[in-house]
Amino acid sequence: MADSKLEKKTKLFDRIFKPEHIVLDNGHTVDRPKSRMPLILICLAVVIIISMKMTGFDFGIIIRRAKELPVILGKIFHPKFAYFPKVIKPLIETIKMSIIGTIIGCLIGLPLSIMASTNINRNKPSLLVCRFILSIMRSVPTLIYASVLALVFGLGTFAGTLAIVIFTVGIVAKMLYESIETIDMKPYEAMVSFGATTLQAFWAACMPQILPTYIDDCLYCFELNVRASSILGYVGAGGLGVLIRERTGLRAYNDLGMVLLTLFIVVLAIDFMNDYIRSKIS
Amino acid sequence: MTVIEQLQAEPHNLWKRIVLFLVLLGLVVWGSDSVSYNGITAQGSVVASGILHGITHPNPAFLFNLTETGVPYLVLQTIAIAVLGTIFGAILAIPISFLSSTNIVPKPIAYIFRALILLIRTIPSLVWALVWIRVTGPGAFCGVVTQSICSIGMISKMYITAIEDLDTGILESLDACGCNTFEKIRVGILPQLSASFVSTAIYRFDINLKDATTLGIVGAGGIGSPLVQAITYSRWTNVGAFLIALIILVLIIEYFSTKIRSRLARGAQA
Repeated sequence: MADSKLEKKTKLFDRIFKPEHIVLDNGHTVDRPKSRMPLILICLAVVIIISMKMTGFDFGIIIRRAKELPVILGKIFHPKFAYFPKVIKPLIETIKMSIIGTIIGCLIGLPLSIMASTNINRNKPSLLVCRFILSIMRSVPTLIYASVLALVFGLGTFAGTLAIVIFTVGIVAKMLYESIETIDMKPYEAMVSFGATTLQAFWAACMPQILPTYIDDCLYCFELNVRASSILGYVGAGGLGVLIRERTGLRAYNDLGMVLLTLFIVVLAIDFMNDYIRSKIS
Repeated sequence: MTVIEQLQAEPHNLWKRIVLFLVLLGLVVWGSDSVSYNGITAQGSVVASGILHGITHPNPAFLFNLTETGVPYLVLQTIAIAVLGTIFGAILAIPISFLSSTNIVPKPIAYIFRALILLIRTIPSLVWALVWIRVTGPGAFCGVVTQSICSIGMISKMYITAIEDLDTGILESLDACGCNTFEKIRVGILPQLSASFVSTAIYRFDINLKDATTLGIVGAGGIGSPLVQAITYSRWTNVGAFLIALIILVLIIEYFSTKIRSRLARGAQA
């Protein structure tokens, strides 16, 4: 009986490729399973070959046309500083879009994450619906949202901000419900047994536990959003992307270099600021 | 200590909270002037209802069209771009991350390579695609090259953390056993790094898959460019078909990548 149960548990792989039987000096026997590595490598090789066929992979093109690259990169790395005044307005637009988008998105994400965590919300249907909506929000890229919203709300920052809000809600709520599910539930249960409602108990018992993670997630999202919102303008949703599209269209790569340099400095500054806030919190 | 005393012993940071709230409120007010709502455009409501109609009634002929313009082929091409981009990125990131780990090379060299990684990370992938498209021409190959370069940034950042956490005590004990350099790498370093390296690569594959859609907008192959074209020409049933395929694809990949990564983190038994 016990043997047949064990037999069932052996993986298909071990039944086809029998494990090596080793008899030790003291008479005990050990089964050494065959390495999975060859199988994994073969699968990987097949996937790579199929992918190369499908994408028209041809390393020769890079070698033959490699001289094009230094021309463009050379221009990008010699930014035209005279172009800077024109970068400021879209830059501020981009930052404003990401600030507003992040704040609104994080505020909406908090209640949704409470609804989507299995240890707080005991109602299975509402939990599943909430999680499903959140995964859909995450799975469509921001740029696609922005291009649709730009058609609905007209070109400009409103569509971009809305796209960022949708993306932020999806990602913040996911990160947050994952951390809510790992918290210590004893204070929450104590509060509920005193007669507190779910929301009161959550606010008093769970909120202090997840607050540092929540702020951390919001800062992380802000970093992501600054990067994302800088290209949203490519589909007409305002910010630096408008310039990126215009300048590459005109092949004015020196100007593009200036735009990228500004973005680089801003992203770096925001990263430093966030690291500072994080070190203050923890 | 009674409950009341415990409550009063709590730190009083009401002022901090007020200041924080005011700062956030200030940021919102400062930002809101650029994000003004101008109402929906003339054809806005048509677009919105079109999208909703498209998602509920995706074009079945298009969804199951097995030729090169059909949804299944484009989805597979998007996956292929992400697979190749991730694998090449993960391989290219190995030397770069070893060269920028402070416990392997001297600090100045490490900082030079870290600046390089930062540079790669900051330039948006869309811009990389615009640069590479000049070299490779439009098509899926451009997407592969772009993702190989873009992936280096994030992957190296995670690799570096893994490399700097290496337990060098193991290497010393292997030295004491009389192992040569190759054996030390094989049994001392590879087992420590492989799990986190593979986990990072799978995580990046997740990101690359979504990114590959975005790259299509500038003509780098995959599902992106036909999707944006369909949006521009208001073919909503086709848009619906693309979006549904995209959502299903991302959900499936996310499910499996989370599963594999938790197995890598906790071992096969978990």
